[in-house]
Amino acid sequence: MNRTVAAHRETERVFREVYGQAVATLIRVFGDITFAEDAVQDAFVVAIDRWRTGGIPPNPAGWIVTTARNRAIDGLRRSARGRELHEQLEVVASTARGRGDDREEGGPVSDDQLRLIFTCCHPALRIEHQVALTLRLVGGLSVNEVARSFLVSESAMAKRLVRAKYKIRAAKIPYRVPAEADLPERLRSVLSVVYLIYNTGGDDPERASLRSDAIRLARSLAALMPNEPEAAGLLALMLLNESRMPARTAQGTLVLLRDQDRTRWDRTMIEEGHAIVRACVRRDRPGPFQLQAAIQAVHCNADSFEATDWPQIVALYDHLFSFMPTPVVALNRAIAIGETEGPGAALTALDAIAADLDNYHLMHAARGTTLRRLGQRDAAKAAFERAAHLAATEADRRFLAQQIEELVEDGAPSRHRSDGSG
Amino acid sequence: MGQYLLSTYAVEGEVRGAPRTPEEMQAFMGRVVALEAEMDASGTFVFGGALHGPDAATVVRVSDGGVVMTDGPFAESKEHIAGFYIINADDLDAALAWAGKVVDALNHPIEVRPFRATGRVKDSVPPGA
Repeated sequence: MNRTVAAHRETERVFREVYGQAVATLIRVFGDITFAEDAVQDAFVVAIDRWRTGGIPPNPAGWIVTTARNRAIDGLRRSARGRELHEQLEVVASTARGRGDDREEGGPVSDDQLRLIFTCCHPALRIEHQVALTLRLVGGLSVNEVARSFLVSESAMAKRLVRAKYKIRAAKIPYRVPAEADLPERLRSVLSVVYLIYNTGGDDPERASLRSDAIRLARSLAALMPNEPEAAGLLALMLLNESRMPARTAQGTLVLLRDQDRTRWDRTMIEEGHAIVRACVRRDRPGPFQLQAAIQAVHCNADSFEATDWPQIVALYDHLFSFMPTPVVALNRAIAIGETEGPGAALTALDAIAADLDNYHLMHAARGTTLRRLGQRDAAKAAFERAAHLAATEADRRFLAQQIEELVEDGAPSRHRSDGSG
Repeated sequence: MGQYLLSTYAVEGEVRGAPRTPEEMQAFMGRVVALEAEMDASGTFVFGGALHGPDAATVVRVSDGGVVMTDGPFAESKEHIAGFYIINADDLDAALAWAGKVVDALNHPIEVRPFRATGRVKDSVPPGA
C-alpha cells in the first residue's frame, strides 16, 4: 500500500515536472495551446496505467510528448472534422519544419519552453493572466492549485485561463523568443512575473508553495538562458531570501533580521546563492535582480546583525538605485544608512520619501524604529500604529502590535516619574 | 498574416493630443503622411479614415416590422471612435510595433483589435488564410 502511494506521488511529481515541457513542445507541433494541453492530459491518463506496471521511463518528458503527439494525430485522423483540422495542423507543422525547425519530435526542446514563457508573460496580457498562465502552463500546477494560490474558486480560475488563452489565439500573440532588440525588456517582464509569484507566496503561509514554484521556474529560466545574468540573479535573490524563512517568524510573529537565530538559516541555499552571486560579479553585467541578490548575499554572509558589512550594503543600494530609482529602493537604502550613519541620517532620508510611500506599511515601520532610536517615543508609537493599520499580513500586524506595546511599557515609568514630580 | 483594427477614441468630442495651432497641424500632417507612406511601402495599409462625431450618427433598427431611425450614436457613451486604420500584420508583436508608430504620429492612445474574419461572408475566409 505504502509502495503504491509512493509510486503515485512520484508519478504526480513527474507529471508536474514534465507538463510544461510537453505542452511547450506540442504547442509548436500543433499550433494551439488548448489542443496541446488536452493531448498531454490524454497521455497522462495512459501513463498512469502503463507506468504502474512498467515503471517510470528513463525520459518521461519524451515519453509523454511522443505518446501525446501520436494519440492526438490518430484521433484527428479518425474524425471528419479532425481530418480537416489535421490538414491545417500539418500546414503548421510543415511551416515549422520549413523554418529549419526539423528536429526529432521525440522529446521536449528547451527552446519551446522559453517560447512558452515569453508567450505567457506577453505584456499584452494583464498581469493576473500572465501569472495564472505561467503557473498553469510552465509550472504545471493544476487549475485547482492555481485557483487556491490566488484565493479564487476553481471555476473562476478556469474562466480566467480560458480568457487568457482566447486572447493569445485571437490576437495572435506570437509563440517565440523575442528578437534581440526587445529581449531585455521582455525578459524583465518574465522575471517580474516569477518574482511576483514568489512574493505572493511570501506574504501568506497558506500559499507558501508558490515560493518553491517560483524558485523552480527561476531555476529553469536560468538554465535556459545561461547568457542572461539577470535570470541567474533572480534565482540567487530568491534562494538567499528563502534561506532565512525558517528564522523569519516565531509563533506567528515576524522576527526582524536583527533578532533572527542565524543557525536556522538554510546553509545549502545560502551556498548556492553565494556561488551564483560570485559568478555574476565575475561576469560584470549588473542589473536590478543581481544587485538585490548581492545585498541578500551580504546579509547571509554575516554571523550577526552587528557583523554585517553595512557600508557594502549602502554601496549596493546606491548602485541599485541607479537602475531602479524607486521610493522603495530609497526606503531600503535609508534603513541601511541608519546602521552606517545613525538614526538621525536615516530619519532625514526617510522624510524625503515619506509622502511617496504614505500607504506602505514598511515605510511607517522603518520610521517607527528610527524614531524610537532617537528617543521620540510618541512619534514612534504613531508611526507603528499607522504601519499596523496598513499591514496586510497577520504576522506583520502582530509584530507591530508588539512594538507599540513595548513603547507603552517603556513609557510607563517615565510618565510615572513625571506624575510624581508634578 | 492577420488583420488588425487600430482605432483612436474621442472623449466628449475631443481627441486628446490633437493639434491646436496651424504649426502643430502641419507637423501632425507631416508625421501621418510619412507613416502612411511607410505602411504602403510594406504592404501594411489596408484602409483608414477619420470619422465625423457622434452627433452625425444615425441608428437604424427594426421595430414593429418597420425600419425606425433615431438620431445619435448607438451607445450612450462619453467615448466614441474618432478614426482608425486597418492593417496587415503577421502577429500581435508586428501589429503592436505599428501601433507604437501610430501613437507616436497621432500623439494619442489607440486600441489594437484583431479581426476575427474579414471580407465577404460568402467567402468566409479568416484573415490572411
